Amino acid sequence: MSALFKPRRATEDHVLVRFGLTALALIYVVLFLFLPLLTVFKEALGDGLGAAWSTITEPDALSAVRLTLITAAIAVPLNAVFGIAASWAVAKFDFWGKGFLVTLIDLPFSVSPVVSGLIYALVFGLQGWLGEWLRDHDIRIIFALPGIILATIFVTFPFVARELIPLMNDQGRDEEEAAISLGASGWSTFWHVTLPNIKWGLLYGVLLCNARAMGEFGAVSVVSGHIRGLTETMPLHIEALYNDYQYVGAFAVASLLVMLALVTLTLKAILEWRYADEIAATHHHH
Amino acid sequence: MSMSAAVVAPGWRNKSALPGFGLSLGFTLLYLSIIVLVPIAALIIRPWEIGWSGFWSILSDTRVLHALALSFGAALIAAVLNMGFGFVVAWVLMRYRFPGQRMIDAMVDLPFALPTAVAGIALSALYARNGWIGEPLQALGITVAYTQLGIVTALTFIGLPFVVRTLQPVLAELSKEAEEAAATLGASRVQTFRRVILPSVFPSLLTGAALAFARGVGEYGSVIFIAGNLPGVSEIAPLLIIIKLNENNYAGAAVIGVIMLAISFVMLLMLNLLQAWTASRR
Repeated sequence: MSALFKPRRATEDHVLVRFGLTALALIYVVLFLFLPLLTVFKEALGDGLGAAWSTITEPDALSAVRLTLITAAIAVPLNAVFGIAASWAVAKFDFWGKGFLVTLIDLPFSVSPVVSGLIYALVFGLQGWLGEWLRDHDIRIIFALPGIILATIFVTFPFVARELIPLMNDQGRDEEEAAISLGASGWSTFWHVTLPNIKWGLLYGVLLCNARAMGEFGAVSVVSGHIRGLTETMPLHIEALYNDYQYVGAFAVASLLVMLALVTLTLKAILEWRYADEIAATHHHH
Repeated sequence: MSMSAAVVAPGWRNKSALPGFGLSLGFTLLYLSIIVLVPIAALIIRPWEIGWSGFWSILSDTRVLHALALSFGAALIAAVLNMGFGFVVAWVLMRYRFPGQRMIDAMVDLPFALPTAVAGIALSALYARNGWIGEPLQALGITVAYTQLGIVTALTFIGLPFVVRTLQPVLAELSKEAEEAAATLGASRVQTFRRVILPSVFPSLLTGAALAFARGVGEYGSVIFIAGNLPGVSEIAPLLIIIKLNENNYAGAAVIGVIMLAISFVMLLMLNLLQAWTASRR
């Protein structure tokens, strides 16, 4: 423990403070972050690997996995296209009300997930604005796939846009203006100049958007109707199994989502370390 | 969307040589309206169909009031706790070096990346009477799962990254010169902390806590599994919205929804003010 006797710089904490705070932080991280993850795997494997595997491969679980993948496959690209369009308009042009528009784009992040589902029930539900018209025309939105997708789009709405807006603001418009003045078309300027500049930021936004889309629970819970094998996404299937006291099944499906979260965190960390300059400097986390 | 430059009055926007203004802004506004603005308008308008008295009678129901107070209070306590925990974690990550630091830094984002339902059942199993943390706490006479304490625990878990990620860039920018000057002038490390470090990070600490609070008030998935959900005791406001919807009481659900939306708007406004304050102090 020679550190105890080394002279300490004026801006350094006392070694006991340093050890104390580090220990406190580590205890917090272990108790709050590592133990919940370990618990999921421990409960999933409570009856052995075979039992866990059979709950993941039974038809209702597979249908939940399929629904989660379909939902993300529609919601994430739509929000990515929106994010690119919004950041192009906001970063490449000046117009009145721009700040307000950016605030509105961020709005879904501050709305409770349950309220995010509720708003679609109030538009498309049987007692909603379009409820009777939809019933007369035999179109199902609430308690069906379109409602699940709409609610997922809402909760993941700002992810790509809020990564790209500061990034494209920083990059300015010089490169694009040069390409246009040399005779390039708008689309070709976007493909060959803008897109290569924003690709890592775009990937970063898509990564976070996808993690939330596959894991959303509250908003989807309101509009799903909870029909097993039909309108249950993975998080809803976990809830149903858990409420049925089928803990091995609930935690086995949950461990798939834990792995998704770990993969997301790893890719996110890699992107942040390797492409820090090319990803927006200001990271807002939600 | 025919919002091309030609039909826009001069002065409404600066001339830019780039194409695609009409297309990109038009698509943005259309998509924003369909996904966000129209459904939110549906929520804001809905409660007025039952009039002021109807609105008031739903809101003054003790079960509703209790659920709102619980969501609000538990989120507040968790945000305050996270000011402490978040500061320590951010300080240790930014100022010290220790093995495994990068992994722990990456792990701080786990509550963002982990689906809330998974967090909910994991915390519930962890803090149950026979859980890894619940059992030793039970021996001390503390019950976490299925009590209000469980709600605070879940919201503390959810809120930590907001505080840490808001503080980290500020701690990185904090100049060591001010700290050195304070030390040179004879200040103890504690004095330097209280007079130099804390004042410069305080607005960000508050911003992080406000973000955690805003998230906590509306949080659903990570809470309901550990909460117990006893009406009037451990029933949070978002759960009551779902219960009212299941009873086909759309107006009742909308009233609670509007109140929660109003809280979100107020928080958004306060956060903007906080950020302006932080910027003015740089």
